[in-house]
Amino acid sequence: MEALEVLQLVLYFSALIACVPLLGGYMAKVFTGERTILSVVFHPVENRIYRIAGVNPTEQQNWKTYTLALLMFNGLGFLVVFLLQLIQGTLPLNPAELPNVEPALAFNTATSFMTNTNWQSYAGETTLSYLTQMAGLAVQNFVSAATGIAVVIALIRGLTLRSGTTIGNFWVDMVRATLYILLPLALILAIILVSQGVVQNFSDPVEATTLTGETQVLPQGPAASQIAIKQLGTNGGGFFNANSAHPYENPTPLSNFLQMFSILLIPAALTATYGKMVGSARQGWVIFATMLCLLLLGLTVMLVSEYSTKPFSDSADMMEGKETRFGITNSILWGATTTAASNGSVNAMHSSFSPLTGGIAMLNIMLGEVIFGGVGAGLYGMLIFVILTVFIAGLMVGRTPEYLGKKIEAREIKMAIISVLLPSAAILLFAAVAAVTDEGLSSRANAGPHGFSEMLYAFTSAAGNNGSAFAGLNANTDFYNLLLGIAMWIGRFGVIVPALAIAGSMVSKKVTPPSPGTFPTDGPLFAGLLTAVILIVGALTFFPALALGPIVEHLLMNSGRVF
Amino acid sequence: MLKQLYPALAILALLTLITGVIYPLTVTALAQVVFPEKADGSLVEVDGTAIGSSLIGQNMNNDPRYFWSRPSAVGYNPLPSGGSNLSSTSATLEEAVAQRAADFRTANQLGEGTDIPAEMVFASGSGLDPHISPEAARLQIDRVANARNLPREQVADLVEGFVESPQLGFLGQPRVNVLLLNLALDELQ
Repeated sequence: MEALEVLQLVLYFSALIACVPLLGGYMAKVFTGERTILSVVFHPVENRIYRIAGVNPTEQQNWKTYTLALLMFNGLGFLVVFLLQLIQGTLPLNPAELPNVEPALAFNTATSFMTNTNWQSYAGETTLSYLTQMAGLAVQNFVSAATGIAVVIALIRGLTLRSGTTIGNFWVDMVRATLYILLPLALILAIILVSQGVVQNFSDPVEATTLTGETQVLPQGPAASQIAIKQLGTNGGGFFNANSAHPYENPTPLSNFLQMFSILLIPAALTATYGKMVGSARQGWVIFATMLCLLLLGLTVMLVSEYSTKPFSDSADMMEGKETRFGITNSILWGATTTAASNGSVNAMHSSFSPLTGGIAMLNIMLGEVIFGGVGAGLYGMLIFVILTVFIAGLMVGRTPEYLGKKIEAREIKMAIISVLLPSAAILLFAAVAAVTDEGLSSRANAGPHGFSEMLYAFTSAAGNNGSAFAGLNANTDFYNLLLGIAMWIGRFGVIVPALAIAGSMVSKKVTPPSPGTFPTDGPLFAGLLTAVILIVGALTFFPALALGPIVEHLLMNSGRVF
Repeated sequence: MLKQLYPALAILALLTLITGVIYPLTVTALAQVVFPEKADGSLVEVDGTAIGSSLIGQNMNNDPRYFWSRPSAVGYNPLPSGGSNLSSTSATLEEAVAQRAADFRTANQLGEGTDIPAEMVFASGSGLDPHISPEAARLQIDRVANARNLPREQVADLVEGFVESPQLGFLGQPRVNVLLLNLALDELQ
């Protein structure tokens, strides 16, 4: 690594830390209903939406109504994207004349975008029409991210409010998250991306005759508008198959820096929103620091592994799957952030990372997508770990555990455990099914332990709602499209519903003032405990599986084995 | 239950209108006004016909008269883009790397002592990487100059003129755009 590359890393994290309180404070205002600088533009739009939809924005919902509204909205979103794909061949805005999408693939893709996973079993440029991308996928990019934000805001209300039963209004949270937060950021980012060369048009593909006389068909389309939100909303589904490795999707180092920055921006800033809403900035920073430590830990291992792996020769760095303009450091930084946050976009092919780098990428997802995690999803996942940690700390010192003055009791712990167990079970059980069936095994592209890693990564990515892949795996088969789709549903709603249930039970609890026996949750000791709980839960659950994949591959690579 | 159905439908429809129609059309309109050439794919035209895009690499088919691009898992065919996804324990990749190194060494008459730049033996993630490193370009100068009967100095100067520094002085890697360099070569003659 050279000095300039270290400088890029330092700059990246400094910029992030600087933006956390700014955007975080703004988002807190949006959800507590204060006026913001954008109210002039969006307040009238917002009110008109409520009027047409027959929503009373001041009406408060209990957790069951809130959950029902959320499920209804997401279910409908799924149906629209599903149906749009089934009939895209007969609809307009399809200049490449792409046919209707097969049902299993359409199920997978619709699930994938509705659950904020954005796994790509399809290749954008050869599967989906402009209309499907715009009116189907891009919309879900916005609203699935807004759903995540809504859930975490509801959970924060549950932890802080003393209203008795209600945790907010889903429709208001959904509309505000989309209009006030995602839309303006996406608009700005999209225009900057175009300035760097990301395409944005509705033209037919361009047929070029190359210097050596070949024909090269250059796909076009409204890419920048979709890429901006795919990065900001931790979606990650690319406009093109190669995702942000594609020069039309991520043309320059600057576009790369901004896209990487967008991956963590909102998830990181939400920790400050949290601090503001619970009335203690320190509570937010403790969570931010825990997330940052875990991210840096993984990033360090990934960088060391990648720079020390020189396969097949003594001199050449592992540039397979990496772009010249980004080089190794920027490819690894992206790899670390996109798996820590449940973004899943890639600027280099994860399957060609060195074994341990790929292993950490998987571990980042396996830890529950709480290292910044998805927009909203990372923080509600982390708050569930906070509750577990408070409970474990309470057991250790023999006191009733309480968080922010509210008692943590059996119901919350049950819900927390469900939300940790469901995605983990989906990952391990489904990967096991793939590993013992012909349907699962026949899709592998690499032999040896890497082939197992391909299957394990796929289910990890689906259940973690991440969307990145060891993309050699041929996932566009009925077996994978269906099983991965089911894993995505489990990974998404298996956490959202318990999180909202916790919000519902916490909101009804009395707040007791802190006593000398209260375990402080706003200092480094708590951050350390929280980190330990996350790592221990993740390690105990996944170490055996990782040992069969990346770890054994690393050992075999070092002894010169190839498959 | 049904009480939430109408708001769900209405809000999905309205947000689809805003984020799925108004938003992309606004971005397109702005993009086409402010950065029309970039929004349309940074196309490179010679005599009015498109010969490619400055952002998308091309297959040079090991033509000795041109600087070579990186190996590509998709043969520089953008439909669809992608990498090999082969791992560092792949026998297929090991063989391919050895072959590419040998080809590059022979074509450019490099001795065993010369290290071949990594990007010339490994394929890119997109399969469309338009760049190679400055070292990789410099190693090809002699071959191209010979094949075109040009003085070595002239080709070397041309290459140096096409070396792009890290963006804004610190972002990304130094690199050479292969298509633009080759076009300039053609224009020399």
